[in-house]
Amino acid sequence: MSTAPAEVDLPRSADKPVSDRPWVTIVWNDPVNLMSYVTYVFQHVFGYPKKKATKLMLDVHHKGKAVVAAGAREAMEHNVEVLHGYGLWATVRQDT
Amino acid sequence: MEPFRSVRGGGVRAWLAAAEASLLRNLVGQIMTLVEPGASDPQSGNPPSGNPPSGNPRSGNPRPDDLDALEAMLYPPGAAQAPEDPVLARLLPDAYSDDPEAAGEFRKYTEPALRSAKYEVAKQLLDTLPEAGGRIQLSNDEALAWLKALNDVRLALGVRLGVTEEFEQEWAKLKPDDPQWTAYEVYAWLGAVQESLVQALA
Repeated sequence: MSTAPAEVDLPRSADKPVSDRPWVTIVWNDPVNLMSYVTYVFQHVFGYPKKKATKLMLDVHHKGKAVVAAGAREAMEHNVEVLHGYGLWATVRQDT
Repeated sequence: MEPFRSVRGGGVRAWLAAAEASLLRNLVGQIMTLVEPGASDPQSGNPPSGNPPSGNPRSGNPRPDDLDALEAMLYPPGAAQAPEDPVLARLLPDAYSDDPEAAGEFRKYTEPALRSAKYEVAKQLLDTLPEAGGRIQLSNDEALAWLKALNDVRLALGVRLGVTEEFEQEWAKLKPDDPQWTAYEVYAWLGAVQESLVQALA
């Protein structure tokens, strides 16, 4: 990582009970993955339009990480498995 | 190398010299050895599998034991620890950055399948790479396997070289007789191949 991870803007949900907070899929910046490839993966895996995929890729690149999806824990874990198959550095966590 | 281009009617094509094909074959073969299901972590010496399924539910996510047992039959649980070899740790990263227990549970149940998936795309690349180089013609599915397999090779090489986003400058600082110079050249070449493949598919 050549840039320090920045905080990602998340919906405010700290006032909700823990069990109601959504889970998120996070993709982290790494120096190897090509920007074009990361954009392609976001389009291909999530079906995001090119504009959204590019914006997320740039967020990962400039901020160090980005939330690329939110929802049920199982779905986020599935995302991470798929993204690891593509070689992206992805993690799951519950929104705070 | 002639970079990848899309083909009218679907798929992509490229052309590789014999030496390029041979280099790629060698590198992809190394990845297969590294990720092969059941292969041991070269630095810890521990096989990733071998623990009998414990049948305990995943934390915070209770499920019947018989479902765990069924999963264990398809994919016997692997190790819960991240590999010590930094290349393997990058190819098979933790899914939870702030919860080691959840990361371990997730790894036990998914790492064997991830290893298989990486092994399979590498094998698909080798199966569609002519022994002596030359014309390469891929369906869209095969091209996707190439993308993933090329990326795994670049991740492995990138970790070994310790590349950062200032890769070009780091490379430029090396003298051509530096033992790492050729590895940087190979890394840059793999990036160009992958970039052309992404563009051809986009």
